[in-house]
Amino acid sequence: MNDIVKIRRAVAPPVKELTVISGKGGTGKTSLVASFAALCRRSVLADCDVDAADLHLILEPRVVRRELFAGGKRARVKAGHCIACGKCEEVCRFDAIFFDGPGNGVLEKTFRVDPLACEGCGVCAWFCAEGAIEFGPVVNGEWFISETRFGPMVHAKLGIAEENSGKLVSAVRSNAKRIAEEHELNLVLIDGSPGIGCPVIASITGTNLVLVVTEPTLSGLHDLERVADLTRHFGVPALVCVNKWDLNPEVSERIEARACERGLGLAGRVRYNRAVTEAQIQRKSVVEYQQDGCATDVRAVWAIIEARLELRTETPPKGV
Amino acid sequence: MKVAIASGKGGTGKTIVATNLAWLAARNGQSVAYVDCDVEEPNGHLFLKPRIESSRPIGRLYPWVDESRCTQCGLCGEICQYSAIVCLPGKVLVYPELCHTCGGCSLVCRPGAIREVLRETGKLETGLAGPVQFVHGLLNIGEAMSAPLIRQVKAAAPEADLVIVDSPPGTSCPVIESVRGTDFVALVTEPTPFGLNDLKLAVGMVRAMKLPFGVVINRAGFGDQETQEYCRRHGIEILAEIPDDRRVAEEYSRGGLACKAVPEFRIRLEGLLARLCDGNRTAPRVATPEPDR
Repeated sequence: MNDIVKIRRAVAPPVKELTVISGKGGTGKTSLVASFAALCRRSVLADCDVDAADLHLILEPRVVRRELFAGGKRARVKAGHCIACGKCEEVCRFDAIFFDGPGNGVLEKTFRVDPLACEGCGVCAWFCAEGAIEFGPVVNGEWFISETRFGPMVHAKLGIAEENSGKLVSAVRSNAKRIAEEHELNLVLIDGSPGIGCPVIASITGTNLVLVVTEPTLSGLHDLERVADLTRHFGVPALVCVNKWDLNPEVSERIEARACERGLGLAGRVRYNRAVTEAQIQRKSVVEYQQDGCATDVRAVWAIIEARLELRTETPPKGV
Repeated sequence: MKVAIASGKGGTGKTIVATNLAWLAARNGQSVAYVDCDVEEPNGHLFLKPRIESSRPIGRLYPWVDESRCTQCGLCGEICQYSAIVCLPGKVLVYPELCHTCGGCSLVCRPGAIREVLRETGKLETGLAGPVQFVHGLLNIGEAMSAPLIRQVKAAAPEADLVIVDSPPGTSCPVIESVRGTDFVALVTEPTPFGLNDLKLAVGMVRAMKLPFGVVINRAGFGDQETQEYCRRHGIEILAEIPDDRRVAEEYSRGGLACKAVPEFRIRLEGLLARLCDGNRTAPRVATPEPDR
């Protein structure tokens, strides 16, 4: 790296990361992220919902680089080598060994590893006295660097019925951050996945801000509690946004009150509007599709996030 | 009969369908068990409101090293694929959260210095919701791996005419663990571009697992017709179409069972239940190739 690049990087503002998650699925994470991308225009997008990615449907990325992802290993019985001693079945804890493999010339049946059940621990291969089990890296998916109308995007596709989504999330995130630094963009916008497990943890650890998108239902309230526990556990600050709030104003209020009690900030409410689905069908973000209605709410939410992340150098507007 | 209710996309209505089916089937006199495998964000209890009769911690094994017997051979660190046990000069470090409980380290340890001990990773609760036998699991906050807990939740499911497995969203390990070993998978989707995209991924998953499946289109009439078109083109059975209805959404938001409040919804679900329990349903279509994947 030459000195000028080094100096420029040293004075450039640090790249911030915003992760949008929800606990409960289907609350509107991806729709909001697409709108934020349209409003920000100086961000790198990272779709970290790697096992059900949808952001590409709105942003229509043009893939410029494609990489295979090998996150784990897998065992496979080599044809003709297995003597059917059964040791592999004995040591496997994941019910991945089946006695229905092809014959070896002497025996009618041998053992077989079910690739979907295999956890990639390699214990069977280690203990196979015949050396009949191959154990090596396996491609779990692919990740991409793309260009979109709102800037660069890093996304991925986990292979069908594959594991290691957490590692793939980390790969997407680190590449998005690297691209942001190279292009001197100051924000990585991360679209997370539902739940509180491995891929969610990989998408929130060390992020600057988490936006929890919820909905005014008892499920939304219940799941928010667990997400609040999670962000506290990993020590990341979080804001809450109630999407479709007018479907049940009373529960919306309870969610916001509970969020405040739990020390989470509020990022505002977005009203229920069919335009969100209409926009999705037309492959647009809501703020591109309409000017008024819930697009106004989304812009207000974005203003709060922008201020909180201090993305602009001037002081945030009063009242935020 | 064990039926899994799954979906690629979250929030399409898995829990609405699963809890209402359980309630309906029980009213029809079937013995029913409802098993909530969404251990990260379980919600079924909000609707079925079970009386929890047993709540116990459950966990997983991880290695504990008796340093006095350790000979520093390093084999444990060598066999471990997850960097959960690392052999350093004079010390063996264990990282329980990274451990997948394969047992490899204790098997290779010749001096027998490694013992597996239990670490709590969640809670298993069972109870009764009226006539419905209820089971769910709760993953502890900060735990990354839900699949092992899901396995234990499923193992705790009681025998019943109809076992309904409510799966988490997605298409990766937790979902695979939930639907594995079931007799049929109902994939719940909504007729939107996101819903269809994730349905295709879920179809890929159940086909790879060679499980018979069908599709439930929730909030029909809400988005477009692409989902129906996709199912027709690929010979996928549509088990039910549930029309978009604000009353169902309101009932759901309050934690109520929509079957009790919205007769039109109940009729659709009765149709779905009959389809699922019909042994003469058209043979499972598992081998049809999918050209546009």
